[in-house]
Amino acid sequence: MLRLRGTAEFLFLALVLAVLVGLFSVLNAHFWSLATLQTVTNRIPSLALAALGMTFVLIAGGIDLSVGSVSAVAGAVFGWCVADHGVPVAVAVVAAMGASLLCGLVNGALVTALRMPSFIVTLGLLEGARGVAYLVTNSQTKYLGERLGVLQATPVGGLSVGFLLAVVLTGVAHFAITRTVFGRHTIAVGTNEEAARLVGVSPTRIRVIVFALSGLLAGLAGLCHVARLGAADPNAGSGLELSAIAAAVIGGTSLMGGRGSMVATFVGVLIIATLEAGLAHLGASEPVKRVVTGFVIVSAVAAESVRARLASRSSLLPS
Amino acid sequence: MSSRVDCGLAASLPRLMSGTGPRLQVRTLKKSFGANAVLRGLDLELAAGEIHALIGGNGAGKSTLSKIVAGIETRDAGELLLEGVPFAPRSRRAAQAAGVVMVLQELSVLPTLSVGENLLLSALPARFGGVIDRKRLRAAARAALARVGLDGLDPDSSASALGIGYQQLVEIAAGLAQECRVLILDEPTAALTGAEVETLFILLRELRAKGTSLLYISHRLDEIAALADRVSVLRDGQLVATLPARDTSREQLIALMAGETSAASANFPSASRRELALRVVDLHAGAGVRGVSLDAYAGEILGLGGLVGAGRTELLRAIFGADRISRGSLFLGAEPTPFAPASTRAAVAAGFAFVPEDRKHHGLFGPRGVGFNASIARLPLRRFLPGWLDRRAETTETTSLLSQLQVRHASAAQPIAELSGGNQQKVVIGRWLHRDVRVWLLDEPTRGVDVAARRGIYALLRERAATGAAVLVASSDYEELATLCGRVVVLSRGEVAGEFTPATLTPAAFMAAAFRGFAATPHN
Repeated sequence: MLRLRGTAEFLFLALVLAVLVGLFSVLNAHFWSLATLQTVTNRIPSLALAALGMTFVLIAGGIDLSVGSVSAVAGAVFGWCVADHGVPVAVAVVAAMGASLLCGLVNGALVTALRMPSFIVTLGLLEGARGVAYLVTNSQTKYLGERLGVLQATPVGGLSVGFLLAVVLTGVAHFAITRTVFGRHTIAVGTNEEAARLVGVSPTRIRVIVFALSGLLAGLAGLCHVARLGAADPNAGSGLELSAIAAAVIGGTSLMGGRGSMVATFVGVLIIATLEAGLAHLGASEPVKRVVTGFVIVSAVAAESVRARLASRSSLLPS
Repeated sequence: MSSRVDCGLAASLPRLMSGTGPRLQVRTLKKSFGANAVLRGLDLELAAGEIHALIGGNGAGKSTLSKIVAGIETRDAGELLLEGVPFAPRSRRAAQAAGVVMVLQELSVLPTLSVGENLLLSALPARFGGVIDRKRLRAAARAALARVGLDGLDPDSSASALGIGYQQLVEIAAGLAQECRVLILDEPTAALTGAEVETLFILLRELRAKGTSLLYISHRLDEIAALADRVSVLRDGQLVATLPARDTSREQLIALMAGETSAASANFPSASRRELALRVVDLHAGAGVRGVSLDAYAGEILGLGGLVGAGRTELLRAIFGADRISRGSLFLGAEPTPFAPASTRAAVAAGFAFVPEDRKHHGLFGPRGVGFNASIARLPLRRFLPGWLDRRAETTETTSLLSQLQVRHASAAQPIAELSGGNQQKVVIGRWLHRDVRVWLLDEPTRGVDVAARRGIYALLRERAATGAAVLVASSDYEELATLCGRVVVLSRGEVAGEFTPATLTPAAFMAAAFRGFAATPHN
């Protein structure tokens, strides 16, 4: 039953995506092309990775507003290592990931040890980590060329390594939530923290782990961004947290915690990316793009909640 | 088709408001949740100025019926007549406007508001079109509190500071703050102590004398005999019988609810095999537990009695590692080194199971499925993949558990919040059955649970004790302690005030012990 209910929700999302693609194809003859697919898939990895981390945190009943800034820290550390100090790329990647993991752990530690709302703590890091990114790069964009070109390579059908990485990690994250004890405990903590604690689940552990994951995934998102631009920009990823929340919410993740799907979040990312690319094709101005995007986010979520209500009203659940 | 018992006595019942017709008539009421039909053509008649008790097993439809009458749920089919006029409230507010008020079983006190604001939330006195009139609020709240015997409670104090027993009285006071023709009470005494229950009963009788009709849902049959004029028995969403409460025996009612003649109550397990399972030495925790020492033996059911605030809940929570222990020690079995539960996780790993008092907030994952709730305390793992769930085994285990406990549910995915209280509690207790539990810690395990489910839970706990676990049951229900436990420890103000065996346990001795801590003036 659970699976079936999830399927209906997922089909609905796929339908939204299909409608968008169809609409843009009709409106603009050039939209339906391999080039568009490449543009879309190229832009996706950063957002997708950040949105996966966000979904973990949201399911556990928190929120992580720092993912954009943390992604910039990772990019900055990478740029500082490679451009300023000639550190080998592999080592620089490890350093960048370490920095983003540290950010995630700071979030997790503050949220659990001080029992502060994650909204406040991560709002603090949204500012703080951005500052660190400026300090590390001395507020300069570091040009890196093809140093992370491997993420931009397109081994299969025009799909980049970064995109494939995002797809694989979506799958891994999906399994982690649906098929592991960690996933089940995350849902439990997000649904009712005290009840979870009283069946022997440690909410502290779960919180720290999801913020650490969110930090790591934000760092990876930052590296994907560096790869795409060929540069480490301390301004990178500003507003990424809001797009990530939007993708998760379009995918049906509850801001109240306890409910969410990684695959659906990924489809949410696809919807946002398609929308951006499609509007660009139509020559829409930036303000218009934002108005339309906002409209689509709200109507997708509203339509899903109407669908769910109708389904629960009319369904005769087989036992 | 219906198994309705016609009863000649019903004709001769006292109509206190003579000359008037029935206050409320319910005709062939139907309601389903998904495939789960809860009300199947229910009929009921509530006279003016009577206390009408409503009893029945799990999922018999008591709560659903009252929620429909109170405008909280909608009906699928059937008719309600309020004083002969069709009545179809679209919301709780609309029902209240018509004088039909329900006090909810699950507490709905808002902790961030003051006591007074909670009381008058639906009709806050205002002036200048929206500014709350504090003076009138305070006066009205004081009057409402005085009506439930809580004269001493400050209407400005924060509701979050109240214990669950007080919250229930405040909740009832809120129901009474409005003028009502029909007052519905769902398990009002579940969390009350003896003195509070008496206050409530006096109050309800006063209301009856004023002409209010009361629909009183309870699982406590002795209460019904003491309070109600008539009692209606529901089973499977239909009325079985309406009988005069005073002339109907307890056994008769249980038989009608169960649809069969009930078995005699089981014998008591006792701690004949003296094998220590848990030793508590001079335990201090927070303000509630002030130096408790006790032993629990394998194979016994140990009762913890006392008044609201005696420290039962706090003691169980401290043992389970849910609250910090400030002093004292715990020993598991015969182990010489003390066990210090650093977390609930450690306690569970050491063989403890915990069933909290506040089911809704501390026990349930409300929006999640019945299956999720049943398996969360022990998730079956893949043998070769550490940390990975064996979802097939999980399905098999929860399916067998739910059918073994006879949990009424539509599917494993049905949100547990939709089940009746008794079925929810079976899941909250049953989730531990797949673990190897050495010490059970149960806080009010049958609160808000019907007679049939209660018997099921008792049988389950006896069986656990028989297999060698120590079972600690904290309860404010004297009868529960007397029937279930082989030994009863009474707490008073955080200290042990007495210990009884079934042979020495009497209500008088029990109450004397429970009040001991309150009589003595503390020195130093």
